[in-house]
Amino acid sequence: MEHRLKIPLTGEDVEKLRAGDVVLLSGTVYTARDKAHAVLRDREAPVDLEGAAVYHCGPLIRDREVISAGPTTSGRLTRYTGEMVDRGVRAIIGKGGLPGAADVLRGRAVYLAYPGGCGASAARKLLVRAVHFQDLGMAESIWEMEAADLGPMIVAIDSHGRDLYQEVGQSVQERLKRR
Amino acid sequence: MRRSDVVQATLSAVHRAQTSLPPWVEDLIRQAEERERDPVARSQLQAILENVALARESRIPICQDTGLPVFHLQVGREARVDFDLQEAVADGVRLATEKVPLRPNVVDPLSRKNTGDNTGRGMPRLMVETVEGSGIRITAFPKGAGSENMSLVGMRNPADDPLDYVVQEVAKRAANACPPVFVGVGIGGTFDQAAALAKEALIRMPGTSDLDRGLLQRINSLGIGPMGLGGDTTALGVRVETACCHTASLPVAINMQCWANRMASSVVEEEGWSTD
Repeated sequence: MEHRLKIPLTGEDVEKLRAGDVVLLSGTVYTARDKAHAVLRDREAPVDLEGAAVYHCGPLIRDREVISAGPTTSGRLTRYTGEMVDRGVRAIIGKGGLPGAADVLRGRAVYLAYPGGCGASAARKLLVRAVHFQDLGMAESIWEMEAADLGPMIVAIDSHGRDLYQEVGQSVQERLKRR
Repeated sequence: MRRSDVVQATLSAVHRAQTSLPPWVEDLIRQAEERERDPVARSQLQAILENVALARESRIPICQDTGLPVFHLQVGREARVDFDLQEAVADGVRLATEKVPLRPNVVDPLSRKNTGDNTGRGMPRLMVETVEGSGIRITAFPKGAGSENMSLVGMRNPADDPLDYVVQEVAKRAANACPPVFVGVGIGGTFDQAAALAKEALIRMPGTSDLDRGLLQRINSLGIGPMGLGGDTTALGVRVETACCHTASLPVAINMQCWANRMASSVVEEEGWSTD
C-alpha cells in the first residue's frame, strides 16, 4: 500500500503504516547523525520534534543547495532511538535498520528505509530551510529541510512490532545452517 | 611530466568517478533488476538505476558520501616525476572538493576534527603499482564509509575453510553495506597484505574465476537482498586475490563495497593528460 503523508505526523498516521508499505513524506525533515544525536543528549533540541521526521543523513550541500542527500547507516544511531522517540519523533528515516528497536518504536513511531546511495534523487526532493549546530560540520549538522514527496520509502519497521530486517536476518541464519 | 597535469587529471578522474558509474557496474545492476523476483527488491534496484541516470545527467555526485580519497596509481617505469606525487594528487583532491563538490569527510582519528578539504595525514591514500611505459594512470576510487565500516581482516586457523568464513561474514555484514554489494576478498600474505589484496580485488572487479562465481552464487543464495530488505540480489560481484602465506597462518580480508563501485581514470604523459 502507498501512503502520502504530511509532517508533523500523528499517532494515527503511524498506526496505519504496515511493514512493506510505501511512504512519500512532505513537510519538515531534520537530518541528524552521530554528532548531532550525541549533542542532543546534553542540549535542548533547537527544533520541535513533536511528530517530526528525523533523517539519518549527512548531506552534501553547497551554498544551501542540497546537492546529494541519501541516507547513512542507521545502525550506528540505534542507541539513541528511545530518547528521540521520547521527544516526539514519529518517523526515523535511514538505511540498514535499527537492530532491536522494534519494541521501542511500538505504538509510537516507524522506521522508513530510503534506498542507500540514492543521494542525487533525494536531493531533488529537499530544500534547505535552516541549519542548526553548524559548528559540527556539513555532514554532522542538523539541516532543517522542506521535503516534497520524499521517497518512495519502505516501512521497514512498523509501530506494531514487525521488523523486515529482523525477518530477513533470521531467514539468512536459517539458510546458513541448512548448508 | 608536469605537476599541473597530475593535478588536473586527478580532478577529472574524481569528478567522473563521483558522477557516473562505470558502464559495466550499471549493466550488472540492470541485469539484476531484470532477474529479481522480489517486488520490494526490484523497487530498490529501480531507484538505484534512476539515481545513477540522474547523477550522470546532472553531473552531481551519485551519493552524498563522496568517500575517502583513494587512488590506484599505475606508474610507468620510465615516467619522469620530479615532484611529490602524493602532494600533487592531494592538490587535485582539494580542487575536486570545491568543484565537484565533495563532502568534507576527512577527520583526525583522535580529535575527530575535520580537515575541511578531504586531505590530511595519510590522505589521499595512494595504492601504487609499477608498470611498463612512461605515463601514469590515475584511477580515482572513492570509498564510502558505510561499506568500508563492514570490512574486516580475520587471522584464521589454517584448518578452517576461508570461503565458508567469507560467506558467514558477508551474511552478517552485507545489509549495512548498501547491498547489492561487491565483495573484495584477499586471502593469504601477511595481515596487511590480505587487506591490500581485498581492496585491489574491488578495483579489478568483476571476478570471473570459478572461485569468484562460486562465492557469488553462495552469497546470493542467502536472500539478504537490496538494502537488506530481502531478495535474490545480495552481491553483484565477488573477486578473490591471493598471496602465499606462512604455513601457520591464514589471513582472510573482506573489503565490502556498496553497489556504487565508483571509479574513473586519467592518464598523464610527458606531453599532457587525457581521460581514460
